[in-house]
Parts: sequence; structure tokens; C-alpha cells
Amino acid sequence: MAFGRFKRGAAASPAEPVTLKILVAGGFGVGKTTLVGSVSEIKPLRTEETLTEASRPVDDTAGVEAKSTTTVAMDFGRITINDSLVLYLFGTPGQDRFWFLWDELAQGALGAVVLVDTRRLEDSFAGIDYFERRRIPFTVAVNHFDGADVYPAETVREALDLDPEVPIMVGDARNRESARDILVSVVEHAMRRATSAAQQHEPAPAR
Amino acid sequence: MTDPWFDDAAGPVVRPYAMTRGRTRSSSDEARLDLIALVIAQSPDGEGDAKPQEDAAGSGQGDGGGAAVRPDGGSHRDADVIADSTLAPEHVDIVLRCRHAPQSVAELAAELDLPVGVVRVLVGDLIDSEWVRVSRPVPPAELPDESILREVIDGLRAL
Repeated sequence: MAFGRFKRGAAASPAEPVTLKILVAGGFGVGKTTLVGSVSEIKPLRTEETLTEASRPVDDTAGVEAKSTTTVAMDFGRITINDSLVLYLFGTPGQDRFWFLWDELAQGALGAVVLVDTRRLEDSFAGIDYFERRRIPFTVAVNHFDGADVYPAETVREALDLDPEVPIMVGDARNRESARDILVSVVEHAMRRATSAAQQHEPAPAR
Repeated sequence: MTDPWFDDAAGPVVRPYAMTRGRTRSSSDEARLDLIALVIAQSPDGEGDAKPQEDAAGSGQGDGGGAAVRPDGGSHRDADVIADSTLAPEHVDIVLRCRHAPQSVAELAAELDLPVGVVRVLVGDLIDSEWVRVSRPVPPAELPDESILREVIDGLRAL
């Protein structure tokens, strides 16, 4: 069995599966990779993207002029829904300064999770802002850390000034059921968004 | 299979973009390969060991013939790729992995321990030489239809 490692081949259907992605954003150390790992069928994999100077319009390289490339790591996991549907979860790079990398990540994304640590709410602003501007459906998930104060979801919603349509949940990224519920909420939100968009467009073809 | 380009002590022996001969862009720059685009092996003589190309629209229809020719036998079936002297070892590695099962660009990058940009260039070469083709993921700014979303929700709930 030279190819014993590639277990997935056994289950692969001859039909080409549709691939979808959900992004997991949030500040450094908020639990993005933990969340991905809780629901992924594979141990989160790491990809690296080397960014060249040309692709970094805003990065301030003052003081590090010699450095012409930066490596950004993204962790991702996979959930095979069925033979024809595979969902990938991507943890966005933690540092704010790599926001532009998200553009590529965000292209074609089904939706996103913004993970929040109530002790460092401000770390989630960049993600929330990004997805709001691009009209990407997202759920805010408060990752409850042991020893952190517990706030009701609505208090966090107010603090973050979220639109009423944005789902907010309190969960534990380490917990599989909790992580799963957060993802379900993202897809349900995307579906509501799609349905209401379809309704708005309906009168046009009727005319 | 040992990886000739990796030394246990020193790490990768070749700087990543040496593998692409300095190229940072794929030659068939078809809208930049998405991270979740699936790379699917096909045989260069056009017989298509995965499935006929006409099926690319993704009707979801199963293609019975494809499964039968799927290479599980390994080495002698793969001799053609290995013998192609225009391919670098990394190219061959990609084709072999994709022959076993379609792989996303992100998975290839992680498993080959190469930057995504390098994998894009290498996959681009392989598209040009028709060793592989790439599935189109859901186009940007276009959500999958409701039945797919419903399927995802049901699938997640069953986890």
C-alpha cells in the first residue's frame, strides 16, 4: 500500500465535488486554529504564502528595507459533507497587517466566523469591519476562555455595534459541538441572506 | 517515497522559487488558482483518467467509467509521468497525488510543504502540458444555491 496515507481516495467519488470555504477570523491567539481543529476531519494543515513587495500595497517596510518578502501562514481544515460537497475552513492570518491577504481568501467564501475574546474585543474590529464592508455573511462567536468574565451575548453585540441581523454566539472553540453550531449559524445566515436577495430580485424577471 | 528535496537537518534544500525557475506567476494565469480549486489528474493522451472534460460544468452526475480506470495499482501506471523529463520532481509529485484523489491547491501546498504561490506555478505548468485540469470553485460574489447551503447545514448538524 504505497498510497496508504491518502485515505480519502477510497471514498472519493468519480463526480467532481463542489468545494466551499468558510473563513475564521479574529485576533492573534483567540482560538482560530483550535476552532478549525475541533471540527476538521484532518489535523489542521498549514499553507504558506510568500508575499512579494508588489503585492503589499500598504505594508510599511521602513527600517526593514532589505526584506522583500514576507511569509504568511494560514491554517486550514476540511469537512467532507458528502461525495459531492467538501467544506474547507481557513483561519485567517492573525496579524492585522495582512488584511489584504484576506481578499484572496474571501473570494467566493460562503461566510465567515469572527472569533472574539471579551478581554480583547478590539482585536476583532478588523475582521468585523472587513466582512461588513464586503457583505460577506458572518457570525460573531465569543470564545469563552476559562477565567474570563462571562458577558451576555447581547452585551457583546452592543459593545461591537453589530447589525441586528448578525448572529452572535457564545461558545468554546475547543468543543466540537460548539464549533459545529457556530458553523451552522454562519451557513444559516448565508442562506437567509441569499433568500432575501432572491426575493428582492424576483419582481425584475416578472416584468 | 523519500523526498529528495528535503534534508532532515537543513530543511528544504532548494529555495522555493528555484523550483519554478524564478517564475512567480503561472503561465496559464486563468484567474489565479483559488486555494480551494481542485486539481484533477488527466491522462495526456486525452483519454481522461478522471472523467471526460465535457463534464466540467459539474452536473453532479456520477461518471461510472472514471472509477474503473482509477489508478490504484501504482508504479507501472505512473511510469508515464515519472518518465516525462520536462517535469520536475515536484510536478510528478503533484500528478501522483492528484491521480489518487483530486486535491485542492491548499492541500497540495501543505502536503508538499511549498508556498501556495509555488504550487500555483507548478500546477499552471501541468495544466499547460495537460497532465491535470482544475475544477472551478464557486465563482466569487456568487453564493451557492439554496439546496447546496441546505446540504451543508444538514451535513454539519450530522457531525
